[in-house]
Amino acid sequence: MGEPLLSVRNIETYYGPVMAIRGVSLDVHPGSIVTILGGNGAGKTTILKTISGAIDPQKGSVRFLGREISRRDPDWVARQGIAHVPEGREVFPFLTVRENLALGAYCRRDRTGIRHDLELVYEYFPMLRERADQQAAYLSGGQQQMLAIGRALMARPQLMLLDEPSLGLAPRLVREIFAIIVRLNREQGVSMLLVEQNARMGLQAGQYGYVLEVGRIVMEDTCERLLQSEDVREFYLGIKDRGIRGQRRWKRRKTWR
Amino acid sequence: MDLSQLLFTGVAQGCIYGLIALGFVLIYKATEMVNFAQGDLMMIGAFVAFTLIAGLGLPYWLGLLGAVLVLAAAGYLLDVVLLRPLSGQPAFAVVILTISLGFVLRAVAGVVWGHNPVSFATPFSGKLLTVGPAMIAQENVAIIFGTLLLCGLLYLFFRHTRVGVAMQAVAQNQLAAYYMGIPVKRLSSTIWAISAAVAAVAGVLMAPVALIEPQMGFLGIKAFAAAVIGGFGSLPGALLGGLIVGLGEQFAGAWLGQGFKEATAYLLMLTVLVMRPGGLLAQVRRKKV
Repeated sequence: MGEPLLSVRNIETYYGPVMAIRGVSLDVHPGSIVTILGGNGAGKTTILKTISGAIDPQKGSVRFLGREISRRDPDWVARQGIAHVPEGREVFPFLTVRENLALGAYCRRDRTGIRHDLELVYEYFPMLRERADQQAAYLSGGQQQMLAIGRALMARPQLMLLDEPSLGLAPRLVREIFAIIVRLNREQGVSMLLVEQNARMGLQAGQYGYVLEVGRIVMEDTCERLLQSEDVREFYLGIKDRGIRGQRRWKRRKTWR
Repeated sequence: MDLSQLLFTGVAQGCIYGLIALGFVLIYKATEMVNFAQGDLMMIGAFVAFTLIAGLGLPYWLGLLGAVLVLAAAGYLLDVVLLRPLSGQPAFAVVILTISLGFVLRAVAGVVWGHNPVSFATPFSGKLLTVGPAMIAQENVAIIFGTLLLCGLLYLFFRHTRVGVAMQAVAQNQLAAYYMGIPVKRLSSTIWAISAAVAAVAGVLMAPVALIEPQMGFLGIKAFAAAVIGGFGSLPGALLGGLIVGLGEQFAGAWLGQGFKEATAYLLMLTVLVMRPGGLLAQVRRKKV
């Protein structure tokens, strides 16, 4: 593998006095989907916010296309080609679907390209075309998630940061959205850094994965191998292997503790 | 005073309140700060126009334009120099800052222009317009038309230009706006410029019906009440609130006695807060998870 698209090295990020990220390093190679797994409060969102510049890290570096992007304003980072789909969609509630999508392309000047990409977004999410003139506040949660992804796509990013796209959605919708995420990656060549609590969906979509606990990366491997790993199976997928004695071994410890 | 005259004076006065309230709401929506110096910016705008028109002898329209430009620049700089370093601090800090800014502006105006009320000639001064039985001062007509025109322009700007829609986006979700690559800081400063420019227009429009003096900015407190009545955060609400306060004042003054006039704005505000705490035209915000 060549030069990574995004490389994060030893970042430490604080929320006030609380150290939320304790020295995390990770790479995203061009064209890949990288998944970060972790429970509540593991620091998944903080990593993405540090990358996109919403929070500055105390230490460490974030390089995108070989260029240092940490400690810059988030709008500058976005203009470098990183689109952040935030947790909880964060669409612009009182603007129409079309206006939301147009804002995704705020930094672009090529009118024909923008029009082409709008069609593309409507192809991936036909529902958005039907509701183009409705205020985003009146979309359902799943539709807002699609709008948030479509809006990010309008920026023609090289890297998309996806923060829990499954949050609060019905299982069928989760599968639908993940199918589109994988298609976007294959068909449009958008690299993705995906953060998930839904370990199964996250690992099935991704190629490489990191497991994050209390601000540290405790495991990293290809998603295939992570899916097979005992610890991930037990603690993230909830699959309990029966022991020889026919009952669950209790007091099992995570290998990384 | 007969009814139509009360009505017209009230609407004209209400337009002034509405314009200043608009300034409050613009800044609040975009940056979640309340600028209590809004009325004092209006005062400075009126004084700048006075200097340009009465001092330098420029024509009225050039004076108006000049005052708008000077105040827009001042508003932009205020945000860059004073407010931006305060981002992330508690809202209270901003409140104190803008209140003290108001004091400073009043003091500076007193030093530069003196404390004696002044005025300048306008194309509308002292002329009367007869509509049927009613005699209306042209100044008031100018205020009403000026307000309508300005609101129309602002509406077109916010609804149909790229930057205007982006400003709405900043107001609705600042972080998401950042993620779109929208230069949030620059747009916030531009909003300050627009608010200060609107205040300048209000000051110039008001100059023929009120004297220009450093204390005239206290009118901003009534405009603040108007913004609250309209539902802080709603632009049409700010205008509506201004009209309600303006009309309420005139009628209270005529029917209940002059003493009530000054209290009307606050009584109305209290009534609205009790009956409809969100204001009359509050935007309902719901978020789905």
